[in-house]
Amino acid sequence: MFAYLVRRLFLMLVTLFGISVVIFFLLRIVPGNIVDILFAAAGYVDPADKANLEKELGIDRPLIVQYWHWISGFLRGDFGYSYVSEKPALQEILPRIPITARLAGLALLFSASIGIPLGVISAVKQGTRLDYALRVVSLSGLSLPSFWLGLLILTASVAMFGQIPIFNPNPQTWLEAFATYAVPAAAVGFRSAALTMRITRSSMLEVLRQDYIRTARAKGASDAAVNYHHALKNAILPVITVIGIEAAFLIGGLIVTETVFNIPGVARFLVEAIRWRDYPIVQNLVMFIAVVVVSANFIVDMLYAVFDPRIRYTD
Amino acid sequence: MRSVWALAATAALSLLAFSTVTFAGEPKQGGILRMYHRDSPGNASIHEGATYSLNVPFMPVFNNLVIYKQDEAQNRMDNIVPELAESWAWVNDNKTLTFKLRQGVKWHDGKPFSSADVKCTFDMLMGKSQQKFRQNPRKSWYDQVNDVSTNGDFEVSFNLKRPQPSLLALLASGYTPVYPCHVSPGDMRTHPIGTGPFKFVEFKANESIKLTRNTDYWRKGRPYLDGIEFTIIPNRSTAILAFVAGKFDMAFPTEVSIPLLKDVKSQAPNAVCVVEPNNVATNIIVNSSAPPFDNIDIRRAMALSLDRKAFISIMFEGQGDVGGTMLPPPNGLWGMPKEMLETIPGYGPDVNANRDEARKLMQKAGYGPDKHLAVKVSTRNIPVYRDPAVILIDQLKSIYIDGELDVVETANWFPKIARKDYMLGLNLTGNAVDDPDQSFYENYSCGSERNYTNYCNKEIEKLFDVQSQETDIAKRKKLVWDIDKKLQEDVARPIIFHARTGSCWQPYVKGVTVMSNSSYNGYRYEDVWMDK
Repeated sequence: MFAYLVRRLFLMLVTLFGISVVIFFLLRIVPGNIVDILFAAAGYVDPADKANLEKELGIDRPLIVQYWHWISGFLRGDFGYSYVSEKPALQEILPRIPITARLAGLALLFSASIGIPLGVISAVKQGTRLDYALRVVSLSGLSLPSFWLGLLILTASVAMFGQIPIFNPNPQTWLEAFATYAVPAAAVGFRSAALTMRITRSSMLEVLRQDYIRTARAKGASDAAVNYHHALKNAILPVITVIGIEAAFLIGGLIVTETVFNIPGVARFLVEAIRWRDYPIVQNLVMFIAVVVVSANFIVDMLYAVFDPRIRYTD
Repeated sequence: MRSVWALAATAALSLLAFSTVTFAGEPKQGGILRMYHRDSPGNASIHEGATYSLNVPFMPVFNNLVIYKQDEAQNRMDNIVPELAESWAWVNDNKTLTFKLRQGVKWHDGKPFSSADVKCTFDMLMGKSQQKFRQNPRKSWYDQVNDVSTNGDFEVSFNLKRPQPSLLALLASGYTPVYPCHVSPGDMRTHPIGTGPFKFVEFKANESIKLTRNTDYWRKGRPYLDGIEFTIIPNRSTAILAFVAGKFDMAFPTEVSIPLLKDVKSQAPNAVCVVEPNNVATNIIVNSSAPPFDNIDIRRAMALSLDRKAFISIMFEGQGDVGGTMLPPPNGLWGMPKEMLETIPGYGPDVNANRDEARKLMQKAGYGPDKHLAVKVSTRNIPVYRDPAVILIDQLKSIYIDGELDVVETANWFPKIARKDYMLGLNLTGNAVDDPDQSFYENYSCGSERNYTNYCNKEIEKLFDVQSQETDIAKRKKLVWDIDKKLQEDVARPIIFHARTGSCWQPYVKGVTVMSNSSYNGYRYEDVWMDK
């Protein structure tokens, strides 16, 4: 087990190194840099002024030198300065992380707490009206884009209650704080919940046909015990995999949701930073996300062993 | 006797009513004005930007030497008022503009304001000081200024190479605040210090900008507001919904498009909305240094094919203006009168006749129904550019030109057109000041960085200088009309239309004036107050 852990950690480092190279060079392939954008926004192009600014920001140096400057700084904990705000990159990124973490956590919670029970019910009640209704709900969740759903929620809130549930930076009560995150989390988590529901349903249907389920029923176990203790425990592995993957993919959905609900989180900030070609922000933020995703995958792998005693990681 | 009492009672009631009205209309102190901002400005330094995304939140932090009167919609020479200057005078055959400065003014950090600050600011704008701006997009505004000299702490003179009456107009723009000498340009980008009615508190990129009342403001009793808070909401739908829901007291100025205006009025019928021209001209840039547009006939044919009213009808439900380079009257000060405009090829009301003529020119150049001219129409990849480009392509079809839309990301747009890497482009040109000097030199003079079409006519250039020095407004206007007409006839940069946009605020917000011939100059907000 220890050797496996060491190997996985080594692979994580290799993956992160690969990501750092890819993100660094991809950013440079994209046409235009911060200086182009600043001068484009001003509608004027003075080659001498541009060259001065490129020199000041260090983006006139050879790429390999720029990469080394960044990655060595990153390893030392020196994340550089944002080209746009001219503030330390860490100072820009850190306050936004808890906002996105709360939103993502709530969205995942919404996804699991709605998706898994409804998936079980749908499987147990297969072929009934309830099953059909739940399948329609799950299909709609998969087919409604989260930006559209978000706008729909906002429009309906304004029309029905005269209120708009966009981000409130200074909530007065915990309820207000919860509402600030809960509504966008529901908008972004609806798709994940739908996917979780479908995976849970199909996995449960497969497990419910197994011999040991029939045996459990023959022994007189209650429906709840059969469904949740025997069946769900064995059907949950693919669901965990999907939730793990969704956690990684969530960042994509959050970009849109953070924009629609005007949440100042890292996802929207990343898009803005890419728009400005703010290399220090984009590079460090992508590395941060990469660390989260790689770690999430690692945790999911470890969870397999917890949920399925048959899985043992050996050398 | 009874009638006397009745008269007295009526008089008393009238007086009471009048005094009540007066009382209700009295400006009230206090309150934080909440406004959404359409995007996150790159920095906080007005001198280093060229978008009113900067002027709106940061103009309240500063003062100019002079400024356009903030409670009049039209910017004119005769409504320029002193700000940090107390008075001004043209001397030395109109080659020196001298300002007497206000005494006792303090910067927000407590240091005293003096003539040295004015000299520092303009030396930096002219590129003559040790400290440099990262970007200096309006350096050319001061091409005619030899130097800025001081006479004691409270007098400053702009010494010109030749008379330029419009210098005063440029100094009155929201783009011309006075900066403190003792704060570096870098610090001004992140934490601006001014003398204005509001002090900078914080700027969180992509999140918010906060200003608070300058309690030590030199204009006693101003500002009325305790502060201004801008929440940055780039998503327009969210922003408008939030305004409708009452989350904001004001929508971002000039950001409510005509179709959106209907939504706002239907959902928030009490909202006050005004529609004004923003002095941004949508125009065609033609690369006349390369085939096929080096052929004047093809350029003229293209200009003749335009149905300007169709553009305005499709994009602004009829609320736009047809004009030349200068914004047309009544809002614009220098635009050609309608009768003159209609004598220019392509501006006549009979679009079909214009297009018949255009087709003849195209046939003369070797194109016709069987041989179309294929061109790429380049434009920036944002709706205000892209939408008219699509309409343009459709209209060009009528004269045997098959356009293909070539959308270019913002980062690459200006570099691309500056290196003339395009055939035909659709561009927007905003004017910070409704004055020909700013527009003509910037966009049409030989060698100017923003002369994207490379149009160069030495004769016209001489006329630019003649009008620039003319002190008689009527004579100058006549000269400007002739120049503008010639520019349109030469197809230098055909102007398609001048847009109009909406600004909205809640009914309790008072003292807001939306400028009608520029979107860059009306955001001091010291007269704004809230009746609630």
